[in-house]
Amino acid sequence: MIEYAFPGLLNYWIVFLLMMIGLYIVIAHENLIKKIVGLNVFQVSVFVFYISMAKIKGGTAPILADGIEVYSNPLPHVLILTAIVVGVATTALGLALVVRIQESFGTIEDDEVREKEEQDK
Amino acid sequence: MNIEIITSDLLEVATLVIMGITGLAIARIRNLFAVVMLSGIYSLMGATLYVILDAVDVAFTEAAVGAGASTVLMIGTLALTSDRELATPNARTVKGIFVCTLIFAALVYGSFDMPLYGDPLAPVHQHVAPRYLGESMGEIGLPNVVTSVLASYRGYDTMGETFVIFTAAVGVITLIGRARRKKSGKDGGSGS
Repeated sequence: MIEYAFPGLLNYWIVFLLMMIGLYIVIAHENLIKKIVGLNVFQVSVFVFYISMAKIKGGTAPILADGIEVYSNPLPHVLILTAIVVGVATTALGLALVVRIQESFGTIEDDEVREKEEQDK
Repeated sequence: MNIEIITSDLLEVATLVIMGITGLAIARIRNLFAVVMLSGIYSLMGATLYVILDAVDVAFTEAAVGAGASTVLMIGTLALTSDRELATPNARTVKGIFVCTLIFAALVYGSFDMPLYGDPLAPVHQHVAPRYLGESMGEIGLPNVVTSVLASYRGYDTMGETFVIFTAAVGVITLIGRARRKKSGKDGGSGS
């Protein structure tokens, strides 16, 4: 068990910190582009979390070759491949919405958009 | 314990720390162009990390699509909007940090039930994956197991992914496509 003492759970904790930086950007900042960047940061952190669970110490990339015994788990890799592409699709949609909001309200700050909506009522 | 494994572990933690610093810079900086560039760097560091973690297919997808395509999309959006962010009020910062600290504590508490990093006896490695690694050469005939799973065993997942991309493309086109722009240009002209 001593072989697995480092990094042990430490790298998961750093990844949790990365996720929280992303979440913080999404909830604390008003600027919509900044929010989407925050969402991306959160997303990449979740991907890293998944991929680090797939790692086996002393293993190698799951490409079959002679003389190699230990491969890392290929299944999380496949799931994250799909997730990356879907993530970019949602980013594109979010950015398109930001462009439309800029056209309609003249600003991309969430609080200003809300103020203008209140005034219009 | 062999030296290669120790080096890769140290590299992994170091890369994560660099990602953390980049993330904090993204949170602090208010020039959005710099923020977008930093988010590209964040993705590229993620791709580096995937190579260290043996996920080479994920690494090049992240480098091409995550770091490349989304950075281009964001710069395009910056060109159509503005590249300055207004200051965040302090009350909001404090609230945000409070919520994030709570969630972080809950996640760390949950992580104590997780198997240690790199443990081959972790439950995730006991089921499904050994079959892919053992049988895919005979059944599919490709040395790259990730490709076999992506295109064959989980082909429906990949088909669903294409539907998602198609839907997103349709959404983007209806939101900011040419017809829409012409119409809104006319409306905006008469309205204002």
